[in-house]
Amino acid sequence: MIDKEQIKHVASLAKLEFSDEEFDEFAEKFQETIKMEDMLTHIDTKGVEPTTNLSTRTTTFREDVAQKEQSRELLMKNVPEEKDGLIKVPSILDTEGDN
Amino acid sequence: MNFETTIGLEVHVELKTKSKMFSSSPANFGADPNTNTNVIDFGFPGTLPSVNKEGYRLGIMTALALNAEVEKHTHFDRKNYFYPDNPKAYQITQYEKPLATNGWIEVEIDGKTKKIGIEEMHVEEDAGKNTHGEDGYSYVDLNRQGTGLIEIVSKPDMTTPEEAYAYLETLKQTIQFTGASDVKMEEGSMRVDCNISIRPIGSSEYGQKIELKNLNSFNHVRLGLAYEEKRQAKILMMGGKILPETRRFDEATGETYLMRVKEGKDDYRYFPEPDLPNYEIAQSWIDEIKSQLPEMPNKRRTRYVNELDIPEYDAGVLTATKEMSDFFEEAVNMDANPKLISNWLMGEVNAYMNANQLDLLETKLTPQNLATMIKLISDGTISSKIAKKVFQETIENGTEPEAWVREKGLVQESDPAVLTPIISNILDNNEQSIEDFKNGKDRAIGFLVGQIMKETHGQANPKVVNSILMTEIKKR
Repeated sequence: MIDKEQIKHVASLAKLEFSDEEFDEFAEKFQETIKMEDMLTHIDTKGVEPTTNLSTRTTTFREDVAQKEQSRELLMKNVPEEKDGLIKVPSILDTEGDN
Repeated sequence: MNFETTIGLEVHVELKTKSKMFSSSPANFGADPNTNTNVIDFGFPGTLPSVNKEGYRLGIMTALALNAEVEKHTHFDRKNYFYPDNPKAYQITQYEKPLATNGWIEVEIDGKTKKIGIEEMHVEEDAGKNTHGEDGYSYVDLNRQGTGLIEIVSKPDMTTPEEAYAYLETLKQTIQFTGASDVKMEEGSMRVDCNISIRPIGSSEYGQKIELKNLNSFNHVRLGLAYEEKRQAKILMMGGKILPETRRFDEATGETYLMRVKEGKDDYRYFPEPDLPNYEIAQSWIDEIKSQLPEMPNKRRTRYVNELDIPEYDAGVLTATKEMSDFFEEAVNMDANPKLISNWLMGEVNAYMNANQLDLLETKLTPQNLATMIKLISDGTISSKIAKKVFQETIENGTEPEAWVREKGLVQESDPAVLTPIISNILDNNEQSIEDFKNGKDRAIGFLVGQIMKETHGQANPKVVNSILMTEIKKR
């Protein structure tokens, strides 16, 4: 089950805004998807280790060599606005800073 | 009502690698904005991260130094959050199977040893840096994005702000000795967040904890925690309730201020990072890293006291950093007197470092040159007065002391065959002084020694001069 409140919560985590009508529409559509996915919960997974990765490779490391692969100029081509080499973004004052 | 305090600390340290943890961009501090970045750090679609082997090795080394058990079957997870300091909108971290668990360190408080547990530690990436402009916009520098961090989460084992302070000091020193991080609070390579709660003494349940941030030094941690103990007690005494808050320490007032109340649990929607495979950490690799682990400061201190006769306090100063301790040991291995090396390091060398704002390895002094200089003093080749000149020369220019002393003619003259005729000659010319001395005027000796030093350009060995002078005066 997923309800409108949960969708609103997820939207706020992603800092997305929607109209009330849109939330209603999402709730309906998400519900269908979740219902289908819900079938998975009926499968008996007793004693089965959770899958964390589908790759058959394990433990791939990179050697510690520093490289400059792209120039700032090139990377900034996809930035909407820049100033003095910095990326300009709308101010978000509710600082998270959790990492 | 009396309360007891419970403190747990979350410490982030930046790994000292050449490249970032999940991309090969340079990880050095202080580059021009956004120049240490690539498509991975920018989070462009279709790019894939890769794990820095040296970063993981340093993580394991830190884990071993903190007596933790290294997790052998691990993987990375995504911690999802939306903030401009990280364009991917998630941080790569280790959530389910962290790097290591169940560590501990021993700290000393009021002469007593206390073991403080480490719940877990994990490898993760740092975020970029946001600057809030006055124009209503934020400005993002992604240079730090993707740099390797280890987060070390303590158990809630500390009961006073002083214990938290001691834990941080010991943790910093231990990590500094492994070489895994610079652990400098002022450069952001070490960051501390605190959790603190209080409860009535005897209560079996913990009180509501609050999180304390914006702590820029260990002293701020101590002050911030002490303030919180009092603030929380006051609220509870008045029948109030502690809310799950994040508070920031203000260094100007020494008080803490509300940043935000945490509503519900943090919702990071963790899931295994699909862009990286699972990791199997081989026991042989762990063993290899263990064999490379440097001797830790507490063991070195004991050894200096017991084997080298260094006073306890001095041993503490010598092991403040690994650089200092290694320097000391190298000089000792060159057969110079350990106590003299220690005195020079703690005295003149430290003074020079402070005056010029340099780290030991940034000076031109080498253990070899310091040892040579001390041996020249010990065997009487140079006087301690000349030694100060030699020291200046070698620490400023890296000059080899022995060759320099000979070249500049600074070798002390100790040969009686050379000194006796000079002294006799001076006595011949100063009969009044001899008379004065015999009449009890001790100052006359000072005058005569001064004349001898002048004649020998300050190079006569004062001890030898004194003994010849006395013998010669008695003869007259």
